Amino acid sequence: MLFKKKENNLPAGEKKKNVHYLTGKETREIAKSNNRRIRELEKKKRMHVSEADYTTTMRDDNNIVEFDDLHTHFFTDAGVVKAVDGVSFDIPKGATVGVVGESGCGKSVTSLSLMRLVQGPMGQIVGGSIRFNFGDGKAYDIAKMPMSDMRKIRGEKIAMIFQEPMTSLNPVFKIGYQMDEMVLLHTPNCTKDQAKARSIEMLQLVGIAAPERVYGCYPHELSGGMRQRVMIAIALSCNPKLIVADEPTTALDVTIQAQILDLLREIKAKIDGSVMLITHDLGVIAEMADYVVVMYAGRVIECGTTEEIFDNPLHPYTIGLQHSKPVVNRKVDRLYNIPGQVPNPINMPDFCYFKDRCDRCVGKCSGEYPAFVQVSPTHKVACYLYEEKTNSEE
Amino acid sequence: MAKKKTITAEEVETVASEAVAEMVEPAVEAAVAAPVEETATKTVEEAEETAVTEVKESEPLDPEAILEVRNLKKYFPVQTDFFGRPTKYLKAVDDVSFKIKRGTTLGIVGESGCGKTTLGRTILRLQPATGGEIYFDGLDINTLKTKELNKLRPSMQIIFQDPYSSLSPRMPIGEIIGEAVAEHKLVPKSELKEYVLDIMKKCGLPHHYYERYPHEFSGGQRQRICIATALALQPKFVVCDEPVSALDVSIQAQIINLLKDLQEDMGLTYIFISHDLSVVEHISDYVGVMYLGSMVEYATTADIFDHPMHPYTEALFSAVPVPDPKVKMHRIILSGDIPSPINAPSGCKFHTRCSRCMDICKEVAPKFKDYGNGHMVACHLYSQDDETPAE
Amino acid sequence: MNETEKLENENISSAEETVNETAGTEAVEEVSIADSVRALSPTRLVIKRFFRSKLSIIGLIMIIGLFLFSFIGPIFSPYQEGVADYSTDRMNVVTTKMEYVVDGETYVCYKVEKTPMAVDRKAPVSWEHWLGTDGDGMDVLTQTMYGGRISLTISFIVVILEMLIGVILGGLAGYFGGWVDTLIMRIVDIFSCLPDLPIMLIIGAVLDGMKIPARDRIYYMMVFITLLGWIGVARLVRGQILSLREQEFMVSATARGLSTKRKIFRHLIPNVMPHLIVTMTLGLGGVILMESTLSYLNLGVPKPYAAWGSMISAVDKDSSILQYYFNVWGPPGICIVLAVLGFNFIGDGLRDAFDPKSRK
Repeated sequence: MLFKKKENNLPAGEKKKNVHYLTGKETREIAKSNNRRIRELEKKKRMHVSEADYTTTMRDDNNIVEFDDLHTHFFTDAGVVKAVDGVSFDIPKGATVGVVGESGCGKSVTSLSLMRLVQGPMGQIVGGSIRFNFGDGKAYDIAKMPMSDMRKIRGEKIAMIFQEPMTSLNPVFKIGYQMDEMVLLHTPNCTKDQAKARSIEMLQLVGIAAPERVYGCYPHELSGGMRQRVMIAIALSCNPKLIVADEPTTALDVTIQAQILDLLREIKAKIDGSVMLITHDLGVIAEMADYVVVMYAGRVIECGTTEEIFDNPLHPYTIGLQHSKPVVNRKVDRLYNIPGQVPNPINMPDFCYFKDRCDRCVGKCSGEYPAFVQVSPTHKVACYLYEEKTNSEE
Repeated sequence: MAKKKTITAEEVETVASEAVAEMVEPAVEAAVAAPVEETATKTVEEAEETAVTEVKESEPLDPEAILEVRNLKKYFPVQTDFFGRPTKYLKAVDDVSFKIKRGTTLGIVGESGCGKTTLGRTILRLQPATGGEIYFDGLDINTLKTKELNKLRPSMQIIFQDPYSSLSPRMPIGEIIGEAVAEHKLVPKSELKEYVLDIMKKCGLPHHYYERYPHEFSGGQRQRICIATALALQPKFVVCDEPVSALDVSIQAQIINLLKDLQEDMGLTYIFISHDLSVVEHISDYVGVMYLGSMVEYATTADIFDHPMHPYTEALFSAVPVPDPKVKMHRIILSGDIPSPINAPSGCKFHTRCSRCMDICKEVAPKFKDYGNGHMVACHLYSQDDETPAE
Repeated sequence: MNETEKLENENISSAEETVNETAGTEAVEEVSIADSVRALSPTRLVIKRFFRSKLSIIGLIMIIGLFLFSFIGPIFSPYQEGVADYSTDRMNVVTTKMEYVVDGETYVCYKVEKTPMAVDRKAPVSWEHWLGTDGDGMDVLTQTMYGGRISLTISFIVVILEMLIGVILGGLAGYFGGWVDTLIMRIVDIFSCLPDLPIMLIIGAVLDGMKIPARDRIYYMMVFITLLGWIGVARLVRGQILSLREQEFMVSATARGLSTKRKIFRHLIPNVMPHLIVTMTLGLGGVILMESTLSYLNLGVPKPYAAWGSMISAVDKDSSILQYYFNVWGPPGICIVLAVLGFNFIGDGLRDAFDPKSRK
């Protein structure tokens, strides 16, 4: 009420200038619709769901995780942020899938949705499914699972490594305590001694030279690289089938990054699991991943094997991304630069989100959002440029 | 009533500031410098000691260089005894010397904690140096008085890593960019707004951002604002302290291109501090590699990337992942972590992680010497067979 | 000097044209998608966050109500501050019991005297006196209104004074550090050692001894409450400035050669303001409590001036008031509770509104 009056007093010229800002009326409308949606979704979350309801079947039994048209939205004051807007891709067993994209493209939210760690009540999974291959022919839809049953999966089947090794360990507990805690929680009938033995074994596995000493240390006594090793050791302690690594080396120095990447590769081979590697660094992806998923503004725009993406990038954004990063020992006079900025996905229009920044726009781009074009059995791209090509070939 | 209060507040403040300025400047410097010099002479090897005096006496200033840094030291006291006298130092910058030619870019690379950020700030005297000289356009910045320094400030600027904390959150963009211009009276008051809009346009900021607040912008745009803020003062020399590290890849390219364009147009000289080697290679003419507060290698970009001489440089360069799945690099993986700069290893600081460490490395710190074409290295591997003094 | 400046300007303008070609296209495109997202203006953001909380709205209503009550209310009141109500038709009824012993038998006689009352004392709730009158025949409602004026005025003035002293001294200590910091913080330490209430008791006794006129006592009180209260603000400001000083925008201000005055008043103070406003709002309640306590102990605002605390202290002098006349001490008590609660609610609401990291 107070501010509405103010607005009316403004002369016409000033009002025009402030078009950038939301008016009081609009914010109230947003808040109202947000509240309604959030209440609905929260209610659904609390409802009791039996195991049969969230059991599904995998499309392909060789996949460990299948994202199928996942939608995760954040209900903010400025409008609904569609952080993940219809994401579909698979993580095959034993493979490393790299997810690349810039900040705000929804790569982290995708991984948090997989762990059901999206911050409520603002953030909600509003649609789609995440099928997780539980083993023994069972498959669960994580998006429908009640929170209480998620504990069966979190940590035990899927482990997560975070970006900040400085903040992801609790500073007031010793490393050993935090590791044992994890083992004790997820292993039934486990004694403390067994847990300790397991923890030390894990610390050894991640290449820590003096595991007993580190076991008795507090997090602040360790360097960033060591802490990330400890985080990996904690993640591994329950033999997960899938490790979600959310920018595991971004906060580390290059020489330490090299160590950690080496370690991740070794460990993946040892535990025979899959890795979902989220990063913005194409170099890391090229080195680590078997499959690459490129995301932009909450959607997958291109995915394929690493060779396909790096040798034959199709989407203008993927191409731009690869050209805009200088490479050591490859001299260019001027970097290719994608104009504009990463969009903030509020009220996104229904045309290709990259249209504004794209230099290869065609007339069709103003139409609705492009569907995926299958270029090869593994390579998909969402761009009109290639649709025509495949059509004409047919 | 309110007016009266502010006046008194200002009076109090100015009086106090003058008093403090008088008190602090010479006193602090004397207090900080004196004991450090003592301990430095105690700890630093004799060889270095003689090297220091040599440089001091002989070499005249290079007229081509806009900035010349000689034996710069910056120590932070980390432990004090009962009377508040420091007993232990963190040697963030330990005896670094280099010079930069006008209109060129010097890239400084190194891992976190190697003192590259401290180096950047000490050069601009945002922190007082513990020892050494910094000549900017022939003036020793370390000995300038506060007033003289403030006059010199506009011509040397800094761009920070974190575009989120480097803009005052409660000021509109136009004021942030314009305030220092007005302070130094670079343009008449009536033309200030026009001038600011001009600078904004140059940095790719549309004019209607003039009245908006920093919190409304994304990282890339904030970095543009930071660049505009620095460049509005018409500097000759800019320290870029990891200006693109916090940005997305596509935005990084924009900012790097912008910096390059501005350098060409305004004839700027940059010190480009970064841990991202590919970016440094792209933008720099010269590269200096730092490790634990010391510079271990310095050469032209082409030279250093083609023939890295110091084992650390080699390892650092080989660790950079290449965005090409077909390139399988033979990587030199360094064992262990960077030692703490508080208890830096004796002799060559790198010897604890070096795969080619010799006995001499553990005891004697290698000299920073020229091995042809201005390629300077501090490593015993080369000094054995080649004893020619620098230049 | 001018020559070189001109030259440089020319350089820039010529350079501009070349840049414009590259940057200009970018700028045009940037408008399109970045600006399609509409944000909240900074002030609206704070207002919106403030009004999201129901408690802060309640608090605001309470405080606005109290202000209207205290400052506008007396205009409509037929009674005046500190003046007893003489115009009454109530009668003083005095009943005297007399015993007579006549021929060994005792007779009890009652003598009933009815005299017109001079002052309308301890009147019950009526149309004339909505909340009755107190032991001195003053209208309770009117007294509560005037009491509110004093309490609210004192609290605002004290808090503003505290802020001024605190910001200046805390700011100096935080900004300059070194011996200035040591000196000021030791003074703060000394002040924080002083026990508030005993000191105020002593000061009250001294003021009594010096025969300070009742009217001036309020000002003395304000001064002393301020002197005891500024240390909290000083500590807060110093801490804030210490942490802000390390922020990169302050380093950038130094690098740009801004004057100390500008750094303090344009960069530091506006960033400390939100915290200050919150602390001040929360402090307002504290000052009202302090003032009421002192008035209750007859150290504060004396009769005939009304203050909420001194009105409550009526129960001390006449024990029947506590028992039978809730209408005398209840209203000022409720007012104190409302004021303190209201300020606290607003303070909490403001804290959440200013803090960008708060829950939502």
